[in-house]
Amino acid sequence: MPNITIDGIKVAVPEGSTILQAAQEAGVNIPTLCHHPDQSVKANCRICVCEVAGSNLLQAACSQPATEGMNVKTRSPKVLEARKTILELILANHPQDCLNCLRNENCELQSLAAEYCIRDNPFELKVRGLGKDLSTPALFRDPDKCVLCRRCIEACSVIQTVNALGIEYRGQKAMVVPTLGKNLIDSPCIMCGQCIHACPVGAIGEIEEIDELLAAIADPETVVVTQIAPAVRLALGEEVGMPTGDLPMDVLVAGLRQIGFDHVLHTNFTADLTIMEEGHELLKRLKEGGKLPMFTSCSPGWTSFCETFFPDLLDNLSTCKSPQQMFGALVKTYWADKMNIPASKIFSVSIMPCTAKKYEASRPEMQSSGFRDVDLVLTTREIGRLFRMSGLDFEKLAPADFSPWMSKYTGAGVIFGASGGVMEAALRTVYEVVTGETLADVNFTAVRGFEGIKEATVNLKGTEVKVAIAHGLGNARKVMEQVRAGESPYHFIEIMACPGGCIGGGGQPITKTNKKRLERIQAVYEEDQACAVRKSHLNTEVQELYKDFLHEPLGHKSHELLHTHYQAKDKKFL
Amino acid sequence: MDYQKILADYVEMPGGLIEAFHAIQAELSYLPEEAIIQAAQVFGIPAAQAYGVATFYSMFSVKPRGKFVIRICESAPCHIAGAAKVVAALEKELGINMGGSTPDGLFTLEFTECVGQCQAAPVITINGKPYTDVSPEKISGILEPYRKNI
Ligand code: FES
Ligand code: FES
Repeated sequence: MPNITIDGIKVAVPEGSTILQAAQEAGVNIPTLCHHPDQSVKANCRICVCEVAGSNLLQAACSQPATEGMNVKTRSPKVLEARKTILELILANHPQDCLNCLRNENCELQSLAAEYCIRDNPFELKVRGLGKDLSTPALFRDPDKCVLCRRCIEACSVIQTVNALGIEYRGQKAMVVPTLGKNLIDSPCIMCGQCIHACPVGAIGEIEEIDELLAAIADPETVVVTQIAPAVRLALGEEVGMPTGDLPMDVLVAGLRQIGFDHVLHTNFTADLTIMEEGHELLKRLKEGGKLPMFTSCSPGWTSFCETFFPDLLDNLSTCKSPQQMFGALVKTYWADKMNIPASKIFSVSIMPCTAKKYEASRPEMQSSGFRDVDLVLTTREIGRLFRMSGLDFEKLAPADFSPWMSKYTGAGVIFGASGGVMEAALRTVYEVVTGETLADVNFTAVRGFEGIKEATVNLKGTEVKVAIAHGLGNARKVMEQVRAGESPYHFIEIMACPGGCIGGGGQPITKTNKKRLERIQAVYEEDQACAVRKSHLNTEVQELYKDFLHEPLGHKSHELLHTHYQAKDKKFL
Repeated sequence: MDYQKILADYVEMPGGLIEAFHAIQAELSYLPEEAIIQAAQVFGIPAAQAYGVATFYSMFSVKPRGKFVIRICESAPCHIAGAAKVVAALEKELGINMGGSTPDGLFTLEFTECVGQCQAAPVITINGKPYTDVSPEKISGILEPYRKNI
């Protein structure tokens, strides 16, 4: 345990700690930019430099190991001056475009510039003029803003193993680019948006579509209907200054009505429906010797990943559409009839924790209702902006109710938002359907939590069903390689593209560390716990939907509206 | 061009990717996209990474170049010894600007950093072969054999 002194404060830190970690221990703040707490050390921005006694050169705190007897000064005039110069040099290549930037007021570089009182930059502003990449329906890149920290590359290549991003050239010419210097759409990018959370600035972001929503609301002929994904509520509060999980559902509904949505419904409803369809699909495959293991298909980042990297295993994917798309297909058929609203007048919006959902909604096959099933996808962040723009006071807003027919949900729908949730929800239902008995304990805790790959075995009246759960595509890849090799012991595998599941989705409030993901997971299970009904097959609106319209799981209507197929993505370079 | 054949020779070698790129470039003067994609597959790395290697080293080019790549040293000693005049003479002789290639696909002009022959500056290299003490008058003589050797 090296003992070191930081700004006169003595601390003992574990062997192998960096100065930065020691400083955190001592309660001393050292600024960082390229450093990311959940990633490897990069040490390329130099903003964290400190004075170390005995060394002429300033040392980067994020990479320099703390050694016995080390004496560090983190706030001497020499250090502050150096950091200021480093910032000025970075800013000399950064568009002075903060007012127009998606990350205005949520940018690490902007905060540093404010903290270090950057006023008149002595260095001449030289922006590279590379222009934006708007090639995908979900993400944009703005390479002029890139500070070359390489955090997005690590998110994409190490965490997700998608490898859509890399560095091109070096020195002055160095730039983060999609594969082979192409546009993002030509790279293997699956639009999960994890790079957005990794980016300290506004060099990557979601394609913002707030104006499209406002135009629909402004049109008196249009009936604007929305669905809210399971992981949205608990994180949306963060966007309006509330602790994670604290924004009540009925207040969120009131907020959306204030903005002008004509009807507020819930994706949790189709999450429950997904369990009915997918649970029966699993049972059918088990009984009739269908392709196993079956993979869940709710996460469009994951299904794209499968289409891109494992096209040989597409038959293992459940044919169930994601809850978003099931909702879209039903809202313009079943719900339109129930409400007596012509489908042609419905503008269906979904509020999602996800960037890949923007892409999913635009897929040409997602028009089972005869119209585009989901007209517009807005991320949690976009709705957060809309709430701030509208000046809503959530402390004072009177609660409001959902519209009927597609808004009731159970705790099983709620937990779709966390890794392991779809599996747990499926097990709750499958168990009762198969055994005809009531589950003694609905909590399958083995499938919960942040462990990369989780597994469990469930005994269904003599039949052992082995399941696995992976979140983050790097973990998914491991499970998939096993399936490809014919060595997978599992019957059913849940995969979510994003670390932690949808609560950590690419459209969620900027998530700086995994700690935040853990808080959100906690909030998911609290919400489930508080639900009176926690099994999808007991959702009375879902029961009614089957009685009046679908008739049976996997039936003719379900097949037409709720199931889909996948296509190998013809990506030339991976 | 059969990249697989070239790549196969280097796949077991440590750092073989760079050697393989050299070998491909010896044939084509540049690294076509297809070569990078195939190299990535053979070496079992993502294409994004193989492209990173191909662009990191200035001796590789991912853009088509002439059969003979003439590189003019622009580091300080050569600069002082009159590299600028050599540049002007080469540009005039070939009718192209620095960075460009002749329409017949024979020559490309590029800058390089110090090539370690500062004792006899200015220096140019043609496909890696150094020519020292270059002056504008010597240019056409130096190019002569390359022009014939189509
Ligand atoms: S934070 Fe230490 S070098 Fe970037
Ligand atoms: S400076 Fe030109 S060879 Fe050294």
